[in-house]
Amino acid sequence: MPAVAETLDTVQSVTEGTYKWGFETEIEMDFAPKGLNEDTVRFISAQKKEPEWLLEWRLKAFATWQKMQEPRWPAVKYPPIDYQDAYYYAAPKKKDGPKSLDEVDPELLKTYAKLGIPLKEQAILAGVEGVGDSPSEGGRMPIAVDAVFDSVSVATSYKERLAKDGIIFCAISEAVHEHPELVKQYLGTVVPPGDNFYAALNSAVFTDGSFVYIPKGVRCPMELSTYFRINAKSTGQFERTLIIADEGAVVSYLEGCTAPMRDENQLHAAVVELVALDDSQIKYSTVQNWYPGDAEGRGGIYNFVTKRAQCRGKRSKVSWTQVETGSAITWKYPSCVLLGDDSVGEFYSVAITNNHQQADTGTKMIHVGKRTTSTIVSKGISAGKGQNTYRGLVRVAPTASGARNFTQCDSLLIGDQCGAHTVPYIENRNMSAKVEHEATTSRIAEDQLFYCRQRGLSEEDAVGMIVNGFCREVLKELPMEFAVEAQKLLQISLEGSVG
Amino acid sequence: MLRIEGLTAEVDGKPILKGIDLEVPAGEVHAIMGPNGSGKSTLSYVLAGREGYEVTGGSATLNGVDLLGMEPEERAAAGVFLAFQYPVELPGVGNANFLRTALNAIRRGKGESELDAMQFLKLARARLKELQMSEDMLKRGVNVGFSGGEKKRNEVLQMALLRPSLAILDETDSGLDIDALKIVADGVNALRAPDFSALVITHYQRLLDYIVPDKVHVLMQGRIVQTGGPELAKQLEASGYASVQAAA
Repeated sequence: MPAVAETLDTVQSVTEGTYKWGFETEIEMDFAPKGLNEDTVRFISAQKKEPEWLLEWRLKAFATWQKMQEPRWPAVKYPPIDYQDAYYYAAPKKKDGPKSLDEVDPELLKTYAKLGIPLKEQAILAGVEGVGDSPSEGGRMPIAVDAVFDSVSVATSYKERLAKDGIIFCAISEAVHEHPELVKQYLGTVVPPGDNFYAALNSAVFTDGSFVYIPKGVRCPMELSTYFRINAKSTGQFERTLIIADEGAVVSYLEGCTAPMRDENQLHAAVVELVALDDSQIKYSTVQNWYPGDAEGRGGIYNFVTKRAQCRGKRSKVSWTQVETGSAITWKYPSCVLLGDDSVGEFYSVAITNNHQQADTGTKMIHVGKRTTSTIVSKGISAGKGQNTYRGLVRVAPTASGARNFTQCDSLLIGDQCGAHTVPYIENRNMSAKVEHEATTSRIAEDQLFYCRQRGLSEEDAVGMIVNGFCREVLKELPMEFAVEAQKLLQISLEGSVG
Repeated sequence: MLRIEGLTAEVDGKPILKGIDLEVPAGEVHAIMGPNGSGKSTLSYVLAGREGYEVTGGSATLNGVDLLGMEPEERAAAGVFLAFQYPVELPGVGNANFLRTALNAIRRGKGESELDAMQFLKLARARLKELQMSEDMLKRGVNVGFSGGEKKRNEVLQMALLRPSLAILDETDSGLDIDALKIVADGVNALRAPDFSALVITHYQRLLDYIVPDKVHVLMQGRIVQTGGPELAKQLEASGYASVQAAA
């Protein structure tokens, strides 16, 4: 399928050079008092009616955070963040009671409709229940969505359908009440609260996020997805996601995100933990489209995120795919700790920086189990005054006999004011391991552009096509529907970068 | 018809074309021959609108439309096709996707409806068959890992799909073995029609055995110094450019 061609067609109709997700929703909100102290932590915990153990957990994390320093090693520049000058909890006002789609504020439903996120359950709820294990709406697989608006999850679709297979897909705040034993068993075991500055901050004030549990031997019948939206002003978003794939389970999960255009910087510090047991597979895809700031570098989201997976089980597999087009600053390293023998970690990444965007992103592959393998494919694209750094670590422990890693880092430069940097660390403590690293840096050549234009393509379409070609190996890892979306985003992100 | 009058152009401030006058009536194929550095490739790039090739005077029109004021993609939509001497590689971009995007861009430019994937595939297969090329051609990345001959064949395939009103073949014969040369020539000959004209730029007479031109022009030091029939090419092959130079 020539998806690029379709994409380019679609893009023709999109307004030029603007961030089309930049609108704001007018809705009544509950806020925590501005600032961050123990009371803020207690306030959030109380809002969520959390059990005592979780409040204690948060307070301990907060105490740890207070003793920690912001990391200074990333290759990004920004003025000091005043952590007291932000709201740590913002939630649309709502009545109490169980959440069902009918009760969701119509303003919110409108917002998600505008963003193109399907919250409405089709086919199944419309009375076609029990048609089989692969429900479809007009031939398409439905996608179960958890929608997180500022600090709370406002709706989760297809919950009942998934529950039939024993799958739990809900807001993490709900899981704390409904499945405390699972949350208690796994929370913070992959990313401990004191792991790093932002993870500690998140552990203290995390508000919502998704919880997924796939039971033994179950292949999740549909894509699961969480859509994060920052709406309120001066508000940080601290979501926490926990995904557990029990023995032999298979799940594909997608995360998307947007925010209104504002000329202030907003902080997004998430933690994502994945646990893969024996023979299970988790595919985690991200299309990150936070507001990147304007052409002069005003505003935009600071995306400081800790994502990590533990392949605990034998032959387990975790695959991270990320398309990073948004945010003023991106600081994230989705990683795999390969504990189980023969476990597999993969990282496929496209990161774009245009205008004044900065990205310091990459992965860590920690090989502990025998014959563990990892693959890293990173594609960095810099345009405008963007700065793009790949930072990666491949560590092979003495126990990891026969471990293998392959790393490929490619950078593409558009224009002459941007930068691309590659910082690969390799630590090998096992002589039987094989570690390969390949890196290239290239520029969109004038002859490539002229060749495309001579065949009738506009300059922007030509750049879009060349960039999509450059990213192909990564884009093909995305679920089909999102691959098209991602290609569109790449094109829009680069508008105005040539000529 | 292509009409060029008093065309002058420079590259990096250095005059290369020093007053070209040339007419290629619709339906005709003309050859331009000349030694290295005479301005043959410059002429093709100037007509296609490549950056860095500065027009300093004169005009060039295709069917009455001024080419020189247009962007390269507008010229493509107006019917100009340049078969590159060194076709460019586009890693990761599928050939079928590239061809369809190009075809649809040109169809849009002409105000025609675009082809969907199935319609395109049908058309592409038909052209491939005519040109005796394998369908694998569509599945590969644009020119990536192609041999010299395959790249040139890909240019001919693009030309057959885009159906330009003016094709400029810039030393398409360079680096081709005799079989590939025949395929390229057959491709051009198949396009011959009352509304198609071609400018075949070549160093050697060899290609002109297969694409028999209506006229041959000799380009030297930025000017057309001699024009004749197909026999002129044979004459040049026998006695070399020096003889023309002496005469001019």
